[in-house]
Amino acid sequence: MAEAQSTSGYLQIKNITKKFGEFTALDNISLDIHEGEFICFLGPSGCGKTTFLRAIAGLDIQTHGVIEQSGKDISTLPPSERDFGIVFQSYALFPNLKVRRNIAFGLENRGVSTPDINARVTELLELVGLPDQGDKFPAQLSGGQQQRIALARAIATKPGLLLLDEPLSALDAKVRVHLRHEIKELQANLGITTIMVTHDQEEALTMADRIVVMNHGVIDQVGTPIEIYTEPATAFVADFIGKMNFLPGQVAQSGHVKIGDISLAADTQGYAQGDEITVAVRPENIIVLEGTDKPENTVRVVVKAMEFLGSFYRATLISPKMGNVEFGADFSINMTRRTNIKLGDEVKIILPSERILVYPKGVKNG
Amino acid sequence: MKLIKKTTLASLFSGLMAGVAVFAMSSSMAVSAGELTVYTAVEAEDLKKYAAKFNEDYPDIKINWVRDSTGIVTAKLLAEKNNPQADVVWGLAATSLLLLKSEGMLEAYSPKGVEKLDKKFVDKSTPPAWVGMDAWVASVCYNTVEAAKNNLVPPKTWKDLTKPMYKGMLIMPNPNSSGTGFLDVSSWLQLFGEDGGWKYMDALHENIARYTHSGSKPCKLAAAGEIPIGISFAFRGAKSKAKGAPLEIIVPEEGVGWDMEATAIVAGTDNLKDAQTLVDWSITKKANVMYNAGYAVVAYPGVAKPVKFFPENLLEKMIPNDFEFAANNRKRILTEWQKRYDGKSDPK
Amino acid sequence: MADISSHSSQSLPIVKQKIGRDDWTMRAFMVVIAIYLVVALALPLYVMMSKSFETYRFELDRFEIQVDKGDGWSDVTTVAALNQQVNAIGADELATSSDGRLGITKLFPDFSFRSKTNYRLRNIAGSDAVFLIGSERVAHNEWVKLSSNDFRRVVLRPSPSTGFDNFRTYFSTPALFNSVYNSLAIAFIVTVITVSLAFAFAYALNRSCMRYKGVFRLIAMAPLLVPSLLPGIALVYLFGNQGMLKELMFGYSIYGPIGIIIGSVFFTFPHAMIIINTSLALSDARLYEAATSLRTPRFKIFRLITIPGARYGLISAAFVVFNLVITDFGLPKVIGGQFNVLAVDIYKQVIGQQNFQMGAVVSVVLLIPALIAFSVDRYIQKKQVALLSSRSVTYQPSPSKIFDRQMFAYCTVISLIIVTILAVCQYAALIKFWPYDLSLSLSNYAFDLMDGGGWDSYRNSIKLALLTAMFGTIVVFTGAYMVEKARGFENGRTVFQLLAMMPMAIPGMVLGLAYIFFFNNPANPFNFIYATMAILVVSTVTHFYTVSHLTAVTALKQMDNEFESVGASLKQPFYKVMGLVTVPVCLPAILDIWMYLFVNAMTTVSAVVFLYSSDTTLASVAVLNMDDAGDVAPAAAMGMMIFYTNVGARILHAGLSRLLLKKTQAWRMR
Repeated sequence: MAEAQSTSGYLQIKNITKKFGEFTALDNISLDIHEGEFICFLGPSGCGKTTFLRAIAGLDIQTHGVIEQSGKDISTLPPSERDFGIVFQSYALFPNLKVRRNIAFGLENRGVSTPDINARVTELLELVGLPDQGDKFPAQLSGGQQQRIALARAIATKPGLLLLDEPLSALDAKVRVHLRHEIKELQANLGITTIMVTHDQEEALTMADRIVVMNHGVIDQVGTPIEIYTEPATAFVADFIGKMNFLPGQVAQSGHVKIGDISLAADTQGYAQGDEITVAVRPENIIVLEGTDKPENTVRVVVKAMEFLGSFYRATLISPKMGNVEFGADFSINMTRRTNIKLGDEVKIILPSERILVYPKGVKNG
Repeated sequence: MKLIKKTTLASLFSGLMAGVAVFAMSSSMAVSAGELTVYTAVEAEDLKKYAAKFNEDYPDIKINWVRDSTGIVTAKLLAEKNNPQADVVWGLAATSLLLLKSEGMLEAYSPKGVEKLDKKFVDKSTPPAWVGMDAWVASVCYNTVEAAKNNLVPPKTWKDLTKPMYKGMLIMPNPNSSGTGFLDVSSWLQLFGEDGGWKYMDALHENIARYTHSGSKPCKLAAAGEIPIGISFAFRGAKSKAKGAPLEIIVPEEGVGWDMEATAIVAGTDNLKDAQTLVDWSITKKANVMYNAGYAVVAYPGVAKPVKFFPENLLEKMIPNDFEFAANNRKRILTEWQKRYDGKSDPK
Repeated sequence: MADISSHSSQSLPIVKQKIGRDDWTMRAFMVVIAIYLVVALALPLYVMMSKSFETYRFELDRFEIQVDKGDGWSDVTTVAALNQQVNAIGADELATSSDGRLGITKLFPDFSFRSKTNYRLRNIAGSDAVFLIGSERVAHNEWVKLSSNDFRRVVLRPSPSTGFDNFRTYFSTPALFNSVYNSLAIAFIVTVITVSLAFAFAYALNRSCMRYKGVFRLIAMAPLLVPSLLPGIALVYLFGNQGMLKELMFGYSIYGPIGIIIGSVFFTFPHAMIIINTSLALSDARLYEAATSLRTPRFKIFRLITIPGARYGLISAAFVVFNLVITDFGLPKVIGGQFNVLAVDIYKQVIGQQNFQMGAVVSVVLLIPALIAFSVDRYIQKKQVALLSSRSVTYQPSPSKIFDRQMFAYCTVISLIIVTILAVCQYAALIKFWPYDLSLSLSNYAFDLMDGGGWDSYRNSIKLALLTAMFGTIVVFTGAYMVEKARGFENGRTVFQLLAMMPMAIPGMVLGLAYIFFFNNPANPFNFIYATMAILVVSTVTHFYTVSHLTAVTALKQMDNEFESVGASLKQPFYKVMGLVTVPVCLPAILDIWMYLFVNAMTTVSAVVFLYSSDTTLASVAVLNMDDAGDVAPAAAMGMMIFYTNVGARILHAGLSRLLLKKTQAWRMR
């Protein structure tokens, strides 16, 4: 497994299980997180990612398993004795306290002098780009501003670990994109180990150093965004991240799969001849054959539909020889202009063998 | 907004618990010598006078009154049977004191000068468990104005009250909740005999508009004209009359039931000496003169002067009341009464 | 990946979170308040229940008897054996109450008190079997020789045991048992009337564009501010035999069911109105828009949309009213006349007859309908909450001249009735001697000359109200906070929640009686609070706990659940978040709880009527006692004092709220 690293991480999670009565929300999960890393827990709602985060925070303690933070076993500690800052989806800013007081909240009663607190709050306000908003109440700020205040409050005490629970999901699209960069930049500057829970793959891909893809209480894959995208470990990951065509097939012989009557070269390692499989290929990896040469994995298809999506067309293709399964392909505007592909045309496409992924049958179908 | 400091929190917490306790402490007075807790059913307006007169002679003994109606004081005393709070009962119905006596709750004591009292007013045991103060005599309050409106003739006897003319014109206390009511019922049973008594009440019931919970209410209702005739007691009638109510106080000729207000020491008092002092004083001539201000009949012979508005023939009309009969048959009588008259739909 | 989860994790040890200092503190708080509820509610009720099974029987086999008719003593025989021979005492006579007495002369058919026969009697069971000679108590085991004249005076006393005897007696005594029918009938009739009237009133407030809605609303709330028995007094002055409007009774008596019903409708009206008003306000305007666009006739809209939309409110209001009426004690006491109801029966048994056991039995009987009404109401409330969460559009009525006028007329009539009842009380209080001397005077305010405790009782009531409001608010809010915001400890929280809901189902009379049994026991370590202000405060806080608790919980539920998590992550103790954020944000609700407790402490009669002492007489109880003693006008005067005090407190509360809210709720303004 990818996450089974031998070097010890800053945060080590070993065999965590969380049960709510009969329901198993987290099923024997292990994970290592390195110091300074930005980790995203990504998955559909109900996959257990928030439960996982809350277990790490100690807010909802795991049923079994061990969590170590910088070498110290924190498994049974209440949240107040752990070392983390947290930002919730709702921000949970104290509505009746002014912004400065909100940020200063964690600094009070710990022997920090008032001038020092004030200085730190000012510094944090500047850090999150809101130097003038300190004397307002949270409700007087925009959603994005509140989000940044919540972040400032969470990092005010310089915790070793920053936990972000869907911090951007309540914001509108533009602000969200903007804040992604800011948070990532801030995190990188501070070097604080960060875990962010999100269901938004784009968010995960753009922000994370590593993504932890979760489904049904287990981790399907851990990897860098590129790894996750290009080499999805499971059909679920392949489907959840980006677009993916799934075509039913079987292993023809070693290094070849068969879809309908068409045989394609592909990496079939781990499968035996005759195994029923699902063949996966991303739409953007389907290439239209423009020349006359005849490379491997060329298939003749008919364009059944073309949907204009601004920077590209998403074409729906169909091949009688592949058993009339429909699948999608992304055609760039340039290519489409060049080749003048239209609805109903018959074209030749290449399914590059190194881009073809093979999964067991039935694990994931569309 | 001030910070809630830990200390504030701690005090909040302890305050929560201690608060209840502190309060209780402050209100439950620590009884020191020279203080007596006295349970009484004497009219509220007389209590201050009683204490003041007593303190003229014994200024060092402070009386803490616990006053309520006869029923409630009795209930309280019975409820506190295993943990008596009272030192002395001064001014409670003899019937109630008999009840307490039979529970073994009274400290028998023969007060100084008890031999001077009318024997009727002293408990028959030696030493007596209680001694009487004054009598409290049943009477009929008759509103002349309302009676005239309804063309009524004033009744002369108990039997008169069963005449059809008075249908719906009578109110009497419910013996199940009022001592006065029980006094009436037990006197009728003694006057007319067991069977005759119940027959009389059957007939009376036909005329009763309703039964009240308290013994003084029928007279007050008669005074207010809510009803022409209220079966109550003379003391109450006289008071209402004094206030200007158009009342005539009628003493039925067959004779009237009565009870007395009496004094006793509660067994187990931790201040026996002062309690005895108080009881000694309560039967003095001076005390009896004081009782006479409100009650025409008192325990000390020769003291009583006629009280204004009290019917004159009261003393001779008092039946030879058998308190023992009343006490020992109380439960039976009340059950029978309840079976016959209570809970029936509105007797209009 | 699936292979990882395949092995079982059942055998692994379950991780238990270390309990932090905050958790301990919160649990300690919760436990303390839970203990409070157990001591102030569960234990007294338990003691009361067991009291209802405490029976008294004449145990005839515990007495031995001998007769000497001049020819020497007969054989020793037990009274039981003797009774078996002559069969003079029936089995039903043996079950009695604590003050039962049994004469035994009837065991001797030829008994004459003039005869020369002598008797000897002794008990063979120690102090458990006592007999009296006259009023003399004989508790020893020696033979007592009695002449026939003395033997006439002998009565046996019963011995305590346990069993169902009391219940058997209750259900076989029509005078007692009839009260069940009476109570149910009254409660049912009042429920129908009140809910109908309140619905129409709430409908007018919600669906018409009539003027002076605020005034109407205010007047409709007024009955909340007076003791339930005050309308009874007003009815006496209006419809009594000397009543101003006596003719309207057409010869019927106001004393009895009619009076109880009218008075009950008066004091339950605002309760029903509030609930129905809320449910009408919640209904979705879009339904009406749709119906109107389909040209649905108005009455059809009413039948198909309005009524179903408000149905939970209607049902809930019905059960609340039913419960209020069946448990009310003051009103039937004042105006019930001969008409017996359960709540008054408890009082009569305990105060009138000192029959505590039977009082407990009636309490248990009264508990049953109250519990049923309560459970149904809770069930309905849960359903309504589900409705509440759905997003709907508020209905905005459009003016309609005729309809608005009709509604205005209706509300005017109802408001006039309410105002009249209060005004009559005030008028009666100022009349010197109704109906013979109608000059105005303040003599009825000379409370010190009446029963009931005088002006002290008024001062005590204010003290009680302030203390109840203060302690009650702290206890209730703290309890609700712990139950809502503590982490873990699920079982404890469930138990607590259950305890907090219980008081609502317990009638005040029952609670009061339970308190006597529980706190008056000298073996009880809490015995010291008996007959003090403290027990009044405790009983009142407990009696009104549930509604306050629910108000607090609702307010707390509206707060972000993560405040505490944030606080913990920032290593701040929970009470900092509580004090700095939760309490200030919940301040409106806290003030409401304060007010609710204050007003109810001023007006309540039922629980405290058993618990006050001469040092702690209360104004509300004074109203009852003065009326009981026939001092009706002073009772009305005191009742109005309570009213004005509550009005004053309300105004003060409104002013204070505004001031405090301005300071602490600035953040609400954008």
